[in-house]
Amino acid sequence: MALHVIRTILLLAALLLGAASALADDGETLKAGVFDPARAAPDFALAGSDGSELKLSRYRGKVVLLGFGFTSCIAVCPITLGTLAAAHKKLGARGNDVQVVYVTVDPERDDAPRMKKYLAAFDPTFIGGTGSDAQLAAVRKDYGIAAEKVAGPDGSYTHSSFVYLIDREGLLRALMPYGHPAEDYIHDIGILLASP
Amino acid sequence: MKILHWVAIPFVAGALGTTAWAALMPVQFGSREELFEIPEGTWARRMSGDKVEILPSEVRLVLGVHDVLLLRNLDDVPQVFGPTIMMPGQSFRLPFELASSYQFACTAHASGQMTVVVEPPLLSPWARLRWRATSLWRSLA
Repeated sequence: MALHVIRTILLLAALLLGAASALADDGETLKAGVFDPARAAPDFALAGSDGSELKLSRYRGKVVLLGFGFTSCIAVCPITLGTLAAAHKKLGARGNDVQVVYVTVDPERDDAPRMKKYLAAFDPTFIGGTGSDAQLAAVRKDYGIAAEKVAGPDGSYTHSSFVYLIDREGLLRALMPYGHPAEDYIHDIGILLASP
Repeated sequence: MKILHWVAIPFVAGALGTTAWAALMPVQFGSREELFEIPEGTWARRMSGDKVEILPSEVRLVLGVHDVLLLRNLDDVPQVFGPTIMMPGQSFRLPFELASSYQFACTAHASGQMTVVVEPPLLSPWARLRWRATSLWRSLA
């Protein structure tokens, strides 16, 4: 009888362990593209749209969503920022541990006040970063961002349209390609917020 | 005439069998990952004037069976690879869940762009047949 009970307990324990590990594996799968191993996200010092110096290290302890674009963009940036704003809103209180940072590729037009006004239309907590040509080129190089001015009167740019996901410890964990819905961001942010 | 008839039968039967196989057999890959690697020494080769192309400007994947792009930098310097920059020894695994054409800015290509075409799952015999015929055509072209 005792042997039977022990066997049943062991079986149940094995089943529970199996289920827990399956859940853990599933929970670790990001929708975004994942870097392995994750490296430290290169820090930078730019002019922040809130009037202070924008350093990535300032947001250590938060999950940072880092994107690149420009305020005159009519195609990609409004969609990306709209998606990030929707995700941030849906996260509710958990959103307090998430910071969206948007760095301009168009320093000629995007000064700090202009970025502040533009980003506030999506979410007033979003922070923009701007600086000199050389400063921004250095940041783009560190993150492998392509940006090129398109010939024409409107001064448009083609640029990398993905968003980097940086965890609480400042590690560059993943890259979300353009076009993913807010739900995918919420899913991945949830995983990053939960990881130690 | 009768000899021609007997010669034609195996060919027709073979063609019909191949078509039936191409339509009915599920498309399978060894892995869901399409792997591209930057070999060690690539940077040095490029510096010496060697034109090294590793990543094609268009990558084709199939949802559900072959839908993960895996990039790996085995060189000893950081490399812009596909949509991003990768450190030595680092890999980048990008899964796709929606059939679509994805454009990435990529300075490694002359066009400045890389496209990942993710095709829908090949559920019907016609879809499998068309996919196999197109793949064969592309490999011969």
